[in-house]
Amino acid sequence: MQKYVSQIHRCFRCGYCKFPADYSSFNCPSYRRFRFDSYSTGGRLWLIYAWLRGEIDWSEHLAEILYTCTTCKNCTEQCPMKFAPDIVDWIVGARSDMVEKGKIPARVARFFEAVYGYGNPFKQLRSDRAAWANGAKRYAQGDEYLLYVGCLGSYDENGQKMARCLVDILKASGVSFGILGEQEECCGNEIYMLGETGLFQNLAEKNSLKFKELSVGKVITLCPHGYNTMKNLYPASGGNFKVYHYTQVLNDLIKKNKIEPARARARVTYHDPCFLGRHNNIYDEPRRILQAIPGIELVEMERNRKDAFCCGGGSGNFVTDLLAGSADSPARVRAREAYETGADTLAVACPSCLTMLTDAVKAENLDDRLAVRDVSQILKDLSPAR
Amino acid sequence: MMTTSTLYDSLVKIVGKDFVSDQKEERYFYARDGGLMPPHEPDFVVMPKTTEEVQKTVKLANREKVPIVPVGAGLALTGLVIPQKAGIVLDMKRMDKILEVNEKARYVVVEAGVTQGALKSHLQKHHPHLRHSIPDAPPIATIVANAVIHGQGRLSQQHGFNSDMVSGLEVVLPTGELCRIGSCSVSSYWFSKGAPLPDLSGLFLGWFGTTGIITKLGLKLYPCKKMRDVMVFLTDKAELVPDIMLRLSHTEMIEDVVVSAAPLPLRFRGTFWVMAYITGDSDEELEFKRKMVWDSLWQDFESRDVGFLSISPDMKPPLMSMPSKDTTRFADVSKGGGFQYAGPITPIEKFPAFISKLEEVAAKYSVFYASTTRLIGAGHCMMFSFSFSFNRANADEMARAKKALDECSKFALEEGGVLWKADIYEQKLLMDRMDPNTLVLMKKIKELLDPNGIMNPGNWEVG
Repeated sequence: MQKYVSQIHRCFRCGYCKFPADYSSFNCPSYRRFRFDSYSTGGRLWLIYAWLRGEIDWSEHLAEILYTCTTCKNCTEQCPMKFAPDIVDWIVGARSDMVEKGKIPARVARFFEAVYGYGNPFKQLRSDRAAWANGAKRYAQGDEYLLYVGCLGSYDENGQKMARCLVDILKASGVSFGILGEQEECCGNEIYMLGETGLFQNLAEKNSLKFKELSVGKVITLCPHGYNTMKNLYPASGGNFKVYHYTQVLNDLIKKNKIEPARARARVTYHDPCFLGRHNNIYDEPRRILQAIPGIELVEMERNRKDAFCCGGGSGNFVTDLLAGSADSPARVRAREAYETGADTLAVACPSCLTMLTDAVKAENLDDRLAVRDVSQILKDLSPAR
Repeated sequence: MMTTSTLYDSLVKIVGKDFVSDQKEERYFYARDGGLMPPHEPDFVVMPKTTEEVQKTVKLANREKVPIVPVGAGLALTGLVIPQKAGIVLDMKRMDKILEVNEKARYVVVEAGVTQGALKSHLQKHHPHLRHSIPDAPPIATIVANAVIHGQGRLSQQHGFNSDMVSGLEVVLPTGELCRIGSCSVSSYWFSKGAPLPDLSGLFLGWFGTTGIITKLGLKLYPCKKMRDVMVFLTDKAELVPDIMLRLSHTEMIEDVVVSAAPLPLRFRGTFWVMAYITGDSDEELEFKRKMVWDSLWQDFESRDVGFLSISPDMKPPLMSMPSKDTTRFADVSKGGGFQYAGPITPIEKFPAFISKLEEVAAKYSVFYASTTRLIGAGHCMMFSFSFSFNRANADEMARAKKALDECSKFALEEGGVLWKADIYEQKLLMDRMDPNTLVLMKKIKELLDPNGIMNPGNWEVG
């Protein structure tokens, strides 16, 4: 990760990172929110380089600029340079340096403290981690899947609804699975992206070990953030299991006719979560699920798939909320974009996006015209299982 | 005179707290561009949303005699928006509305912060039979800034500099008055920046923001054909290139003529790529134009001085893309995030001498070079870029690149060229050679429009 120190000067501040592929609007969530060039990827990289060289001192403002990046990876998609795949690592590397020096925004520090102390960023009791589960079965050897719901699925009201819907669908479809309940730990994706590499390592090793002890071979994650970290980061920490995002599993169940959705009547637009889409190239499965529901008309927002506009929740911002407080906050911009499609339902596949966009739709006074629903919620409401 | 904190409060009252910064991080970033000019920090960065906010800010700056520098994306690379005497940097990119597309009169009216990328996208979606002249700069470059520096683009072979395509201006004068230039000063239409009136656009275009702040701009649009193609010809004889460009232009069927030269990949070293872009609404039209292009260069094929490069499918998209990402990628050739070019505007007959000088200077200073030449007008002139990439982490390489650029600029002047988007030192070189009465005229204009000298001071300062 520390190779950023010798590479970060390579940014030319050309500004491609601000755009989607068709240049129609600004697609960097923090640049769209704040509009100073310092909040674009190029701005950040130049400021980090200046900080490394001692041309500028650390400040709260510098740290906020760094931490308003949601690591959505739009810059990686659009940057024309060969180093493009490394940009997020560079940002994470600089954050890691700030963490080591103890120089981070207060809200980020509180995020870490909560995970240190409570195992989740919401300061909720560990003993309440399974309160959402409504009697869902605990994982036992022999179960095909471990369902990992993560911190949002465990404690956030919207995430809990999402988790319960998924459990109901999986049960009704005859899938063999169980949850960890109170034994579940934070996946560490946000911890990693925020630069607390020591804590991340601890979480990744602990989870990997637990999965090994329980002989877990396959994990379904509710959250794309968990999917990302388990798929891409855990293998280096001893993680040796297959991981699926729940939309992959549901899509497979539909293909095998284990779920047969009832007829609906809705015009739906789908928001690609960054950690499912740009980070892991999963674009089709959620759409196939929605398209399998008779009577649903799927309409695309102008910015979709690789060009999807981030809701602003990544890198812990669903808690730290450094991008909030404005009509230009990414979630509100995205809510307006969804509404402009003429859809009555905004479908998501991520508990972080679900919360961010639900709040945004309310802030935009669109809540009586645009429902924000997770794919599993949409499917469950319409699916008498076989 | 106001204190710094009072000035900050006054700016906040005009544009709102979220859009004024006096913090080190913004001052650091807006103190420099991607080129080689030394940085200089502003006191404030301000982002207006409306013409009224620009007017209020300019009136405040004029009253308090505070320098003010309007900024687009800062991509000129010659430091034109580095605030040489501090003061206020006015980032115009929040003024991002495309106000009108008149399909029948083929023009668009944009606010000052509209980017090349946004206009391209808007036209493709809503007016697919119209286009504008897209420069090779990244898509964040603004329409207004490109016109102010006399940029060129894909349609410059046919229609001249992009500033020639301006069809009207709205300008905030340095004393705060709002002024319209061209047909829009007497009519609701923005079809002409001058004719049949006195053409006052010359008071603002090419002045690098030293005579006023453009808040709206009318730009001519042109037919957008359904199909586009590029034909690439190769020659290793620099002396043939001017004639090739002229003959291509003579067909009156070319969208754009670009000649590139670079030492890598090795197999192309010493070879000039002459790229002729053609467009058509049908296969027949495109095929006819291909034939005309072939015919125009036939004698060179027969003498084996020119060859045709058959382009593989993976080579074509980068050549066709607008803007060209390859232009930007040159900044990472030295794995170092920087390049700058001297781009003199010059008669095309100078191509062989300029190429020779480029190679000589690159070898002398041991810097990586490339060159892109664009034909402007029907052979009336060309932009020849002496481009050098450098590593921002290597101070010695940066110094060598700067010396190489300076030597090329001086050479271009001696050869009768005129420096394009000249930095403050090159502006002095130009003014040293300028007709004295022209200089006096420039000084009178500047003093008349900007009596307190607040507008982008350091640039076009006549001694």
